[in-house]
Amino acid sequence: MEGQPLVDFDWILSHLDDVVERLVQHVQLSIIPVVLGFLISLFLAIWAVRQPRVYGPVVAISGILYTIPSIAAFALLIPIFGLTLITAVVPLTTYTLLILVRNNASGFAAVPADVLEAAEGMGYTRWERMRRIELPLAVPLMIAGIRLAVVTTIGLATVAAILGDSFGGLGQFITEGLQTFFPTKIYIGAVLSVALAFLADFLIIKAERRLTPWATARAGRV
Amino acid sequence: MVEFDHVTKHYDAPVKRKDGKTTRTPGAVNDLSLTVPAGKICVLVGPSGCGKTTSLKMVNRLIEPTGGRILIDGVDAASRDVTELRRSIGYVIQQVGLFPHQTIGDNVATVPRLQGWSKDRLRARSDELLSLVGLDPAKYRDRFPNQLSGGERQRVGVARALAIDPPIMLMDEPFGAVDPIVRDRLQNEFLRLQEELAKTILFVTHDIDEAIKMGDLVAVFRDGGVVEQFGTPAEILANPASEFVARFVGADRGLKRLALSRVSDLDLVQPAIGVVGEDAAGARERAQAAPFGYLLLVDAARRPLGWIPEGAIPASGPLDPALANPVSPSVNKRTTLKDALSMMLDADVQASIVVDRTGAVQGIMTVERVIEMMREGEHGQPFAVVDDEGVPIPGVPDESLVAEAG
Amino acid sequence: MPDILGWLLDPINWSGPEGIPSRLIEHLQICLLAVGTATAIGLPVGLYVGHTGRFAGLAINLANIGRAVPSYALMVGILPIALNLAPSVGYDPDLGLTFLPLFLAMTLLAIPPILVATYAGLREVDRDLIEAGRGMGLTERQILGRLEVPLAVPVIIGGFRTSTLQVIATATIGAILSFGGLGRFIIDGLANKDDAMLFAGAVLVTVLALLVDAVLAVVQRVLTPRALRGKPAPRRPSDDDDEDRIDPAMFGVRTVDVSA
Repeated sequence: MEGQPLVDFDWILSHLDDVVERLVQHVQLSIIPVVLGFLISLFLAIWAVRQPRVYGPVVAISGILYTIPSIAAFALLIPIFGLTLITAVVPLTTYTLLILVRNNASGFAAVPADVLEAAEGMGYTRWERMRRIELPLAVPLMIAGIRLAVVTTIGLATVAAILGDSFGGLGQFITEGLQTFFPTKIYIGAVLSVALAFLADFLIIKAERRLTPWATARAGRV
Repeated sequence: MVEFDHVTKHYDAPVKRKDGKTTRTPGAVNDLSLTVPAGKICVLVGPSGCGKTTSLKMVNRLIEPTGGRILIDGVDAASRDVTELRRSIGYVIQQVGLFPHQTIGDNVATVPRLQGWSKDRLRARSDELLSLVGLDPAKYRDRFPNQLSGGERQRVGVARALAIDPPIMLMDEPFGAVDPIVRDRLQNEFLRLQEELAKTILFVTHDIDEAIKMGDLVAVFRDGGVVEQFGTPAEILANPASEFVARFVGADRGLKRLALSRVSDLDLVQPAIGVVGEDAAGARERAQAAPFGYLLLVDAARRPLGWIPEGAIPASGPLDPALANPVSPSVNKRTTLKDALSMMLDADVQASIVVDRTGAVQGIMTVERVIEMMREGEHGQPFAVVDDEGVPIPGVPDESLVAEAG
Repeated sequence: MPDILGWLLDPINWSGPEGIPSRLIEHLQICLLAVGTATAIGLPVGLYVGHTGRFAGLAINLANIGRAVPSYALMVGILPIALNLAPSVGYDPDLGLTFLPLFLAMTLLAIPPILVATYAGLREVDRDLIEAGRGMGLTERQILGRLEVPLAVPVIIGGFRTSTLQVIATATIGAILSFGGLGRFIIDGLANKDDAMLFAGAVLVTVLALLVDAVLAVVQRVLTPRALRGKPAPRRPSDDDDEDRIDPAMFGVRTVDVSA
């Protein structure tokens, strides 16, 4: 690679549709696990709120899954599922579980006891309480978890490309750039994945502000 | 009205002993029977852990009794749908528990919204209630709880509890989380509100002073939800039913009783009075005849100027203001006896002049008169309320006292 | 299913420079080096920022950046630069081809968890306690050393744990750059379509990661004062305004919970 310019902008400009295609693939590859992971972890967290004994084992299992290095997790599934989307999505989903379960459970735990007591005493049914009080108040912590999960997943999705070219995504550029000694591809892949992560982070923070007007209304007493 | 009928609450299960009998540690509440008349504030007071809060929470079934029943207007609370029951009772707790993610307006309208009121109606009612508790709706309705002070939050809590105008309210140390100045104000405002609304209120507190101030009836609890005495504040102070009550009320219960009475409750002493410019001879005779040995000199509007000892009254001539000694403190009829005696103590005098709104003399209050009045309030043995056989019966209200409270 | 057991039991795979033991040692060596360097940098900085509270914003932003940069992207990204620099700086280009990019990527990404965990752990220490310490005449150093750090140890170790796991994972990926280590089995297995090697490599890496994590978890638990071992945080009353708190879990730092 010596002697090559680090980034060949002409190449990028002429291959813009490829870039966009990979970008879209990457977004898909990142969003699906987070959505799946969130739904599963929400269910688990609500379960843990109802039955506190469940929390320990759930966190332990999620923790073990999280500890497995990503590439190893992908590799473990290849003999079973081959190089299909499932092989990538399953580990990416399980990685989000630890973060999301803990944050969702913390979110519910953060609802002040007096608020719950007042709600119960005033005649909210259990469902109404969950829907109108606990969930909305758990949102800040849950969103913090989603933020972390999204950023992590975007990063991990780049690794999927090592296993083969069926997943696409920005990791694909990095791998191809490495194999063909073409730094431009490496950098477009690397820079875009970082940029994507930052963009996602930013958008989620904005969304959180929208969803929690009471948290931003701190300023001065009336 | 609310009635506790042999209500019991145990948290542990009975244990079978070797000899076949079952035992149980005493419950949080043991065989509580109490009737709260409609339209009155009944305060449940006692030390921490005595079961007063547990008893309160059994009314809206946040805690279910293990024995006995709670009757609300004659209907067993257990037979009603719990959600419907809770929505029909106002509930205020110490930490308030406002929903942080909703505006103040939405918070207040919580229960009506659950019942499906229209948006307009909700807003109107919410505004009405905020004004009622002294908060400007325009300023507060769109704020969030974390922007309000503790006192403001408490008011919102009360407004929220009043939303559907429930006949019954449960209040668990509602003013405990604010500083004493704010608490005093909130208590006064609430009492004023109650004058208008006349709700049936169960009020829990550990503070005997608050109980005396707020309650039409006071139930003094001891451990295990046992009511040691149930009566009016005056009755509790004047005739504690047991040593426990006497101790709980405090050694200064005499002073507390004084805070309950006002100067208007006293028989005033009428002193010898002389008007400025009037002939001294007649005044002198009157002063000699009067018990004090002093003449109270007043002006044309009957406002007090000072005391003249009888020996200093000239035999004849007009009464001169210069003869009078500086005046003792004056009080009006609304002053509590406690404040009045306090003033007299400060000024180191035995008597205080009672004046009306214009400042004109009404009479003299003396320490002796106060003591006489206090003695008349006490009857029976120092601690026990007794029945016909002379056996002390704690926990049963004297019917005549309940009538008196109403 | 590929014959993994057969592969694992085959003595060939246990001997020589391409055998399991040597690969394991390669893996551990670079991991230790990276974690050691990251700790040497991240811990002091974290202690400083945590104790004084200065540059906290910077520290947090650094952590955010660290999270957003994928390790794979970073190591491959460094590669061309390292190669271009090799002749001018005067080191062997082979070093620049495998070791340097990997090592740099691992170390750089291992710093944020340690830094943030140290910072967050120190911040969680009750301010009143620290003031009491100052009032009793303890120097800043003593307060840090005797009060703050011991109380923050569980969280700091949590950061250490996160870092170590990340480093192990990154080293595995590093095989793509012709580095050795256990990742070699995965990459070669993929290239040669040798499913047994692929799977066995994955298993080996997984076992290594789980073992290391378990050991560190025990260390973390042992060093956590009994009172702090917990379940999800207890409910605080709604008027508790603690804006300054940073939950280490937000940054992916592993904290002690009931079973872990």
